[in-house]
Amino acid sequence: MQALNIKKGASSHSAYDLRTPYEDVIETHTLAVLVDNESGVLARVIGLFSGRGYNIESLTVAEVDHRGHLSRITIVTRGTPQVIEQIKAQLERMVPVHEVHDLTVEGPAVQRELALFKVAGTGDHRVEALRLADIFRANVVDSTLESFVFEITGTAEKIDAFAELMRPLGLKEMARTGVAALARGA
Amino acid sequence: MTKVMTGARMVVQALKDQGVEVVFGYPGGAVLPIYDEIFQQNDIRHILVRHEQGAVHAAEGYARSTGKPGVVLVTSGPGATNAVTGITDALMDSIPLVVLTGQVPTFLIGNDAFQEADTVGITRPCTKHNWLVKETSKLAETIHQAFHVATQGRPGPVLIDIPKDVQFATGTYVPPAKARTDHYRPRVKGDRAAIERLAELMETAERPIFYTGGGVINSGTEASRLLRELVAATDFPITSTLMGLGAYPGSGKNWLGMLGMHGLYEANLAMHGCDLMIAVGARFDDRITGRVTDFSPHSIKAHIDIDPSSINKVIHADIPIVGDVTEVLRELLEVWKARGAKSNRAALPKWWAKIDGWRKVNCLNYRNSDKVIKPQYALQRLEALTRGRDRYITTEVGQHQMWAAQFLTFDDPNRWMTSGGLGTMGYGLPASIGVQIAHPEALVINVAGEASWLMNMQEMGTAMQFRAPVKQFILNNERLGMVRQWQQLLHGERYSHSWSESLPDFVKLAEAFGCKGILCSDPKDLDDAIMEMLDYDGPVIFDCLVEKHENCFPMIPSGKPHNEMLLGDASTEGAISGAGGALV
Ligand SMILES: Cc1ncc(C[n+]2csc(CCOP(=O)(O)OP(=O)(O)O)c2C)c(N)n1
Ligand SMILES: [Mg+2]
Repeated sequence: MQALNIKKGASSHSAYDLRTPYEDVIETHTLAVLVDNESGVLARVIGLFSGRGYNIESLTVAEVDHRGHLSRITIVTRGTPQVIEQIKAQLERMVPVHEVHDLTVEGPAVQRELALFKVAGTGDHRVEALRLADIFRANVVDSTLESFVFEITGTAEKIDAFAELMRPLGLKEMARTGVAALARGA
Repeated sequence: MTKVMTGARMVVQALKDQGVEVVFGYPGGAVLPIYDEIFQQNDIRHILVRHEQGAVHAAEGYARSTGKPGVVLVTSGPGATNAVTGITDALMDSIPLVVLTGQVPTFLIGNDAFQEADTVGITRPCTKHNWLVKETSKLAETIHQAFHVATQGRPGPVLIDIPKDVQFATGTYVPPAKARTDHYRPRVKGDRAAIERLAELMETAERPIFYTGGGVINSGTEASRLLRELVAATDFPITSTLMGLGAYPGSGKNWLGMLGMHGLYEANLAMHGCDLMIAVGARFDDRITGRVTDFSPHSIKAHIDIDPSSINKVIHADIPIVGDVTEVLRELLEVWKARGAKSNRAALPKWWAKIDGWRKVNCLNYRNSDKVIKPQYALQRLEALTRGRDRYITTEVGQHQMWAAQFLTFDDPNRWMTSGGLGTMGYGLPASIGVQIAHPEALVINVAGEASWLMNMQEMGTAMQFRAPVKQFILNNERLGMVRQWQQLLHGERYSHSWSESLPDFVKLAEAFGCKGILCSDPKDLDDAIMEMLDYDGPVIFDCLVEKHENCFPMIPSGKPHNEMLLGDASTEGAISGAGGALV
């Protein structure tokens, strides 16, 4: 050990330049967060993610307990195991947060997302779209002579796959709800 | 007493019921009803600051020096936005504050009304929690909840935004005992098994160290007492962060001095070389760790903290213990004694011998001068001339702050108020006023840099008005010294805008405020000048002209590991020829 000897004028870059030392595996986790349904609570949760540079892949929120004024926020997020731990700890310490569950590690969970697809086309494309929709158990919720709106529920992967198939068949628009999830069993 | 009252009266009643004695504030249209209530009572003292940032820092000083929450009252719009820096400062340093802001009437919210700002939106990321109260009936309970949240768990600032119509309207007052606070109950008791595991490791550790932080101070004076007992019982060395100074006495035998970027050589090397690190209420800030991949590479780390999100955030904790420092230390001490209080008597002396070798480097050594006052010398004299007095120190931010941390001795908690996490220039003067208001008889000194001090110098008016005899000890190097130091060492000596140009004449400034000004530039006159400052019954602005180009050492440049520390010229010689050669 000896004292560092920095040459005068040796450094042109700022010493504030710090890089994160963690280049770990990136995992995807689904978190269920039970919060007080008070004004600003969603902004708080989203602000935590944007303020600390965390990822949001999808987010759904709705009141689930009217009498208790509780909402359930389901967040799909990605990060290193360390970042995921941080996200949970940061969520847990927020005052309006009651519970945080990591459905990805707390045992098997059911995850579902609902999506609406508008597909326009005629002739073979139209027939093929309808045939594939049937295979994916998507329902037709609106139709005109040159378009359908399909409603499909499933895992995010299933919806991704359906979107890929619809693209060449005239996919015009799609709306997705984001993931809702529950742990399996009682 | 009727329980139905206006919102404005509820505010004052709730503050009284919470035991509040002092409010730091500044009036404006949106808080006039509350000010009207303040006018009509005598239990709560209102300190009128000169800028809302000053109110928040003063409340921080009050809180930090008493252990009680600080209370701030400001108006909507600019009043609230002016408070934001102080609130952020309190969040970073875990200072309990309750900030009350006025807001435009509910029916005008969202209209871009006069002096409207989205205060809860702006302060959401810089408060522990905040509330916009839309109904008078919820106001009292919200205030009680706010005190609960600010003080329980890891303390922090909270804010309540109160629209003016809510202040005028009437509702039923809810006393503290009836307010629901059960939902927010952070864990205070540590995990017994983890505490036992830690005690076990403490028995075998060959190179243990306590690394303590502001959390010990926040936990209350009992935490400091327990810490001292534990250090005495184990004979382990102890270092602390900037925020934790005073929890263990600076004159204590096991004290290694502060660690971190400008920490002591022996403290940083002991952290680097330890085999068991016991972190207590400290959060592994980047000013502490340097390059994290090289941070104390061979140690087992136990981390005691009330905030679960502090654990494993930066550094992996092998033994995480979530709990209040007081509770955990009490239990750890119990377990330690029950197991026979047996440190590793064979290995500890070797560890201490190694530490003594590092101490011999004398890393705070500097070349003194008889022509110009060295800032370190000024602080050594201040220390010598105030020793034994009931002394509170606040600081601004910069080199002077680090020198104050290095050269002043803190033997008790709550005596050292500094902006650590946010590093807010302009903190020290208003904080010193807050401290003095809480401790009218004590000696309160703000160790300042001239640049920082100018940022909130208007608060001298507050000091005068409320007869707070604060001593402003300005180490005037006519430089943004810390910036200049970085530019010298890390930016090729390109001194971009790091001069303090056109400085005021501080003595005349003091006269203008009606207080005493003292100028000192000769080391020979320094003692007399300091005594003159101490003897003066009232606020003093002490302009201490110091060496302009002194650097603050030791220094670990950002992103460097602990063992790549820069030492000053004076000690570098010793480091290499003497004990330094034998180090890891
Ligand atoms: C509000 C704010 N602006 C900028 C900085 C960056 N900064 C850190 S130290 C410093 C210089 C402080 O100068 P002075 O108060 O004279 O103290 P010195 O370092 O000279 O002792 C600056 C500009 C800061 N910490 N806070
Ligand atoms: Mg300066």
